[in-house]
Amino acid sequence: MPPTRPGAYALSTRGLTKRFPGVLALDRVDFGVRPGEVHALIGENGAGKSTLIKVLTGVYAPDEGEVLRGGGPVSFGTPLAAQRAGISTIYQEVNLVPLMSVARNLFLGREPRGRLGLIDFGRMHRDGERLLSDYGVRADVRRRLGELGVGAQQMVALARAVSVDARVVVMDEPTSSLEPREVETLFGVIRRLRDRGVAVVYVSHRLDELYAVCDTVTVLRDGRTVHTGPLEGLERLRLVSLMLGREIGEVRAEGTTKFGGDHEAASAEPVLHAEGLSVPHQLHGVSFTVRPGEVVGLGGLLGSGRTETVKAVAGAVPRSAGRVTVAGAPVRTGSPGAAIRAGVSLLPEDRKSEGIVPGLSVRENIALAVLPRLSRAGLVSEARIDSLVRTFMERLRIKASSPHQKAGELSGGNQQKVLLARWLAAEPRVLLLDEPTRGIDVGAKAEVQKLVDELAAEGLGVLLISSDLEELIEGSDRVVVLRDGAVVDELTGDDVTEDRLMEAIAGAAEEEPHSEAPAETPAAVPMGDSAPGSAREGAPHG
Amino acid sequence: MSAANTRHRGAGSQEAAGSQEGAGPAGRAPRNRTADRAGPAGPGSGGIRAERLSALAQQHGALVALLLTVLIASLSFDSFAGAGNLENIAVSSAFLAIVALGMTFVIVSGGIDLSVGSVFALGGVLAAWGSRYGPVVALLLALSVCGTIGLINGLLIARARLAPFIVTLAAMLGARGLMLNITEEGTSTFLLAKDSVFAELGRGKLLGVGIPVWITLVLFVLGGLLLRRTRFGQHVYAVGGNEDAASLMGASVTRTKVSVYVLSGLLAGLAGALNAAWLASGVTILGQGMELEAISAVVIGGTLLSGGMGYVSGSLAGVLLLKVIQNVINQIGSLDSAYQQVVSGAFLIVVVVVQTWLGRRRKARLTSPG
Repeated sequence: MPPTRPGAYALSTRGLTKRFPGVLALDRVDFGVRPGEVHALIGENGAGKSTLIKVLTGVYAPDEGEVLRGGGPVSFGTPLAAQRAGISTIYQEVNLVPLMSVARNLFLGREPRGRLGLIDFGRMHRDGERLLSDYGVRADVRRRLGELGVGAQQMVALARAVSVDARVVVMDEPTSSLEPREVETLFGVIRRLRDRGVAVVYVSHRLDELYAVCDTVTVLRDGRTVHTGPLEGLERLRLVSLMLGREIGEVRAEGTTKFGGDHEAASAEPVLHAEGLSVPHQLHGVSFTVRPGEVVGLGGLLGSGRTETVKAVAGAVPRSAGRVTVAGAPVRTGSPGAAIRAGVSLLPEDRKSEGIVPGLSVRENIALAVLPRLSRAGLVSEARIDSLVRTFMERLRIKASSPHQKAGELSGGNQQKVLLARWLAAEPRVLLLDEPTRGIDVGAKAEVQKLVDELAAEGLGVLLISSDLEELIEGSDRVVVLRDGAVVDELTGDDVTEDRLMEAIAGAAEEEPHSEAPAETPAAVPMGDSAPGSAREGAPHG
Repeated sequence: MSAANTRHRGAGSQEAAGSQEGAGPAGRAPRNRTADRAGPAGPGSGGIRAERLSALAQQHGALVALLLTVLIASLSFDSFAGAGNLENIAVSSAFLAIVALGMTFVIVSGGIDLSVGSVFALGGVLAAWGSRYGPVVALLLALSVCGTIGLINGLLIARARLAPFIVTLAAMLGARGLMLNITEEGTSTFLLAKDSVFAELGRGKLLGVGIPVWITLVLFVLGGLLLRRTRFGQHVYAVGGNEDAASLMGASVTRTKVSVYVLSGLLAGLAGALNAAWLASGVTILGQGMELEAISAVVIGGTLLSGGMGYVSGSLAGVLLLKVIQNVINQIGSLDSAYQQVVSGAFLIVVVVVQTWLGRRRKARLTSPG
């Protein structure tokens, strides 16, 4: 699918392939962005977006294929080399020095110098102010960067990037921690960059934003380019189906997952009741219930607030508003310990960093969370741990040479089971599963799915997050759909189908047909009502 | 021998400690807090004022504490403000101050240098031995060997990416071992010739002030310019503040890191040489624990131990504060010398608590929903 607009690419790739042990992260990707174009790069987790960005900006070297800058092949050894070639990256977390002043950050490494080679701060501050006001940012350049809001910091990063003569700016989810007002300012800056002929690669999960600011879109899935073309006229539902790899209207009669039928839970009182959960910038009043013996799915795209929701319930993220009650008893916010005692267990998304302790044995990993409960007067009975560990290893069919094998030596699926065992040993009433089958092989996946089914059948309330639509549909009795940190739909009974889910995720019900220019449609602008219009009108000068 | 002994003399000065806690950085805290409440949402003028105040408290807290301590001490002890006593404080501060200057660069860059005490002693012994061939040889010998130790430290830390703590700990042991080897387990002491030119560097006076004091002042002016007003200095701050960002912004992290350790080694060696000139001999037992004293002075002077922020002037104030406290405790005379370290320790804790507290306030203000 060749891009439609003519003109030479500012930055492009040809047949780019990147392998990691056991994974083909990029598979012959062709991608290109032109001067004066804002190009959206989208895809679900594991689609290869971050790998592509890292290759483009010199963090990784490609295994095959090449990166072309201004028509000629280039290879950057380091991010600095990429930057010298005119490619700047704006990261999610601002990559500047917070303890130094704004002006020092803007000019680090190229400070204006006066007599004796000493830095001329007067000139530096004047130049800095001019540079920022060029992009409609007003800030005291003498202040420490860290004192500014994240949005303003990002503008400073942008201003720096462009002032070092960046011809290509790569932005990796720049709005994830911005206020709506700051998002508008950022969009103003992006449009100004575009008008000056800078090529912008824009990564975001927020579809509204894409329609508001991007001209072109490339969709990646499983390391391949599945679509490239103008965003104008591309339906939202189509975009979602491209990302998820499901055709609209394609529903399989029979699934491939190991989930059984629905559970009888409708009658029971909810065991978990979440009401109006809010986390600044991430969740805006999320409410739902889970009954004993029920599997409730949390649907939505990456960045829609699924992980934040389960973390807010489990106390791993402090909530700014909202209540969580388990079996009628309120659970205090911001304390994982309190949540565990109340009977809430969370199987986190990132096994490596938030779950498994690879250097400890299987036995120790399982016993970790229950030590307080198993100990008497501070002493732990070894025999009780042994019997507990034996029970769970048999029950979950954990394949390890012995309970004393190091957890880090196990396969991904068995590590996941060890984690499950750890949380089940805490005897929870509610189990929160964040992507429980990601990155584990097919056989283990089926076993974990079967296990979840069994646990629900025994009366546990389960909240399931999965990017695998099929898993979500077949595993869940109900699906609560999130978009931009809010519940937008709940699918029950016969409505729990892939089609309905995709529609809900894309927000098809509210969507206007995008026949006219989408970037100019007020409906496509995120959140704001009045402010966006004026900001956009101010943009196309210079 | 006085320089070697002052560190362990003296007793506790409650007045001094009390005045710091009352009127130093901690004393300004309540004002910050009210200003914070006034403008939590962002660039309100109250927020800026609070920010400036906390920055001022961080930069000049040690100076304020120093001035108060001096004021109280001169009111309490007639002997304190005498020219002889002040001169004594100034000269004995000079050597530690030069070491602390190098340490400031290292700590601002996010590192630590534990080797300076041993390097100081080694520099003194080498200079004393070399002084028989003239002052140039004495200084060059001390500076080249100590600079090389700094270079090795820097390369191991920046290139081999080893932890500064471990590398400089090893250098500390190594340098002291080398020094003991030269002096045959410390049994032989190199004395300076009675009227050698080199001895003038330590003993001589200019306008009534000892030459080591002048050298120290010049080094601090140069050091201040280097840290605040040159690209190298900006890179030191950037590397200490956010190493990844610094390298992405084009700062050479490796070169910056190597440079600060070389600088630290050179300055420690120079301080040792000057000290030997002053004492007219290379004394082998010097410099033990000096690295910790230097780190304390730097931190009391408002430099963040985690790097990215710090002031040369603060380190000088920190050194003087420590030395004045020692001196005051000597004046009291009746108290056990161990109290001097208790007071120094208490100062350090107060400073670190205030620093941490200011840092947290700042963070809380930034992340509070506006």
